[in-house]
Amino acid sequence: MADIPSAETSAQSASARTRVGLFVTCLVDLMRPSVGFAAAKLLEDAGCSVEVPRQACCGQPAYNSGDRRTTREIAAQVIEVFAPYDYVVAPSGSCAGMLKVHYPRLFRDDPNRLPRAEAFAAKTFELVSFLVDVLGVSSVAARLEGSVTYHDACSGLRELGIQAQPRKLLATVGGLKVKEMREADVCCGFGGTFCVKYPAISNVIVGKKTENVAATGADMLLAGDLGCLMNMAGKLKREGRNIAVRHVAEVLAGMTEDPPIGDIRARAQAGP
Amino acid sequence: MTLAITSPAFKENARAAIADPQLQGVLRQGLGFVDRRQAAIDRLPEFDALRDSARDIKDHTLAHLDLYLEAYEERLRAAGGQVHYAVTPDEARAAILDICRKAGAKTVTKGKTMIAEEIGLNDFLEANGIAPVETDLGEYIIQIRHEAPSHIIAPAIHLNKAQVEADFRRVHTHLPENRNLAEPATLLAEARSILRERFLAADVGITGANFLVAETGTSIIVTNEGNGDLTQTLPKVHIVLATIEKLVPTLEDVSQLLRVLARSATGQDMSVYTTFSTGPRRAEDPDGPAEYHVVILDNGRSAMLGGEFQDMLRCIRCGACMNHCPIFGAIGGHAYGWVYPGPMGAVLTPALIGVDLAGNLPNASTFCGRCEEVCPVRIPLPRMMRDWREREFERHLSSATVRSGLAFWAFFAKRPRLYGFATAIAARALALFGSRSGRFGWLPFASAWTRDRDFPAPQGATFQSQWKRRKR
Repeated sequence: MADIPSAETSAQSASARTRVGLFVTCLVDLMRPSVGFAAAKLLEDAGCSVEVPRQACCGQPAYNSGDRRTTREIAAQVIEVFAPYDYVVAPSGSCAGMLKVHYPRLFRDDPNRLPRAEAFAAKTFELVSFLVDVLGVSSVAARLEGSVTYHDACSGLRELGIQAQPRKLLATVGGLKVKEMREADVCCGFGGTFCVKYPAISNVIVGKKTENVAATGADMLLAGDLGCLMNMAGKLKREGRNIAVRHVAEVLAGMTEDPPIGDIRARAQAGP
Repeated sequence: MTLAITSPAFKENARAAIADPQLQGVLRQGLGFVDRRQAAIDRLPEFDALRDSARDIKDHTLAHLDLYLEAYEERLRAAGGQVHYAVTPDEARAAILDICRKAGAKTVTKGKTMIAEEIGLNDFLEANGIAPVETDLGEYIIQIRHEAPSHIIAPAIHLNKAQVEADFRRVHTHLPENRNLAEPATLLAEARSILRERFLAADVGITGANFLVAETGTSIIVTNEGNGDLTQTLPKVHIVLATIEKLVPTLEDVSQLLRVLARSATGQDMSVYTTFSTGPRRAEDPDGPAEYHVVILDNGRSAMLGGEFQDMLRCIRCGACMNHCPIFGAIGGHAYGWVYPGPMGAVLTPALIGVDLAGNLPNASTFCGRCEEVCPVRIPLPRMMRDWREREFERHLSSATVRSGLAFWAFFAKRPRLYGFATAIAARALALFGSRSGRFGWLPFASAWTRDRDFPAPQGATFQSQWKRRKR
């Protein structure tokens, strides 16, 4: 990690800085651009130069529906587009898991493409784990009065080992208290296409999750995956619960001026 | 005649399960398996190393299964036992009926065996004038309710105490009406007193097998109630009903596997009873059956060898995957529509009854990965569920809606420039309509989502269009 510039060297010319290609994810691109800007800010604050090549989706909808051919076509494109960068970073454990764990698997029988898929996987990371594990970031400058609870989204947790990193950084947000929920590591019931293919089952699962979220008494729910967040926010809203929902990157970047997910205005910050 | 398959109606089954308040109550309460498993593992630092070893033992055995089957058969014959190979459920049932007829059996006691469910043994025996009696408490309860097990190690997990009490009062009419059945202990005592008589009356005892040991010709079962011992030692004929993947090379291997089995299943260090049997009663033995038969069923398993689903044959039936599965926790086991529920069922069932019938099972997963995380033999269950989806897709078994939706999406996803153009419009339009409340209570084409939750509105312009402007 010695060759990676620290935050202090961020004033250096862009050419000397670590070049990060931001894989923004299709959901953030379409639904919540503020997460992408928060990710860019966190990466730039840590001394990286951030670029966003034209992109669509990581291919999970096809992959998880059994359409391997389409998935391979999409994966080959993504690998190609992100070839110029030192690192590829995504503000999503699910998409990063797809790029890092499943792309090499897709090309395991293709000796021509496998090495590129593996090299691509090796330089690809989820945002928060990249900050902590690769860049060595140990604190953030953000401040937010109130209490949050953090949901461990499944792919990030089990495919990429993301659990301590977000908690480590959240602990350094001024004024913020983290209240752990019961079964934080249990699925929220989103599961991509699962939630629309089996909506009734998904609803039972997310109902258990929102119960655990509410039981903490936290003002805000955070996670690192927008799909899960939209699912949980949608359920919390339908239940009429007054709990704000945000991507963890927004809080870590100190960018909470935009309304929370599913709200129209930034919620008055509750006191400690 | 096997257990009725309702897997194609998985969605309807699931909806019924969700609408069943008693079942939901039981599922919410759970049996504490998850916490107890964790506590047991916390006491055993080498647990992960044991899992590796367990996986390796099973992999090795599967790679040389023919040799170990032959060795097992040879040792068992030397000990006076008989082996009957059955390729299909029909053959297994015929072999068992033949043995029972020769023994003049009227009553058969049974230890817990999922293979018997797989071949629909109880109905078959009854149709042939032989009364099967389940001796595991959970199995006994579901037998008097004419139900199938809803969990591979806790067959009556879908029932609460009051339901069991009502069933006992309905069936055990010869007992005093004012007896106390309010406690699990009194329920157990009543079942025990009833079953004692049956044990003594049985002509044949049928058990499953957790392991078959090639080195010694031994069959091993683990139970917590001791019913397996009475089932296999009291009648004059003992039939072990097993499948090919139960083989392990040595007793040493079994002791390794036992260390992960009960811990993963119930959080016990060991099950209460671990029972070994090798052939019929010898001259010097104080008790035991006069005849000892082992029926080894294939039923599609050998076709899994050497293919993408071989890893599933490592399964030691602990049930940890279903105990930790959010889907199982939401709907219970019956909704899966055949013998094996939960993640292991989602992979095994399509292999045994066909993906055309069981296609819903591997699809009904969020790929959360908790099953693989807790599996004592490290079976890559999510990977194999996805493999089944690929088989389905290749065979055009997935629904037309899914396929056309996917094709529409893929058209754009493969053309990032066009995709950027289309999503920019979509984001704007959605944001415009959703700007009043920040969310939608209903959306066309998304009613599956919006029936029970709101759909958060997008912020407006897409990230990529805003980023381009920022960079200018």
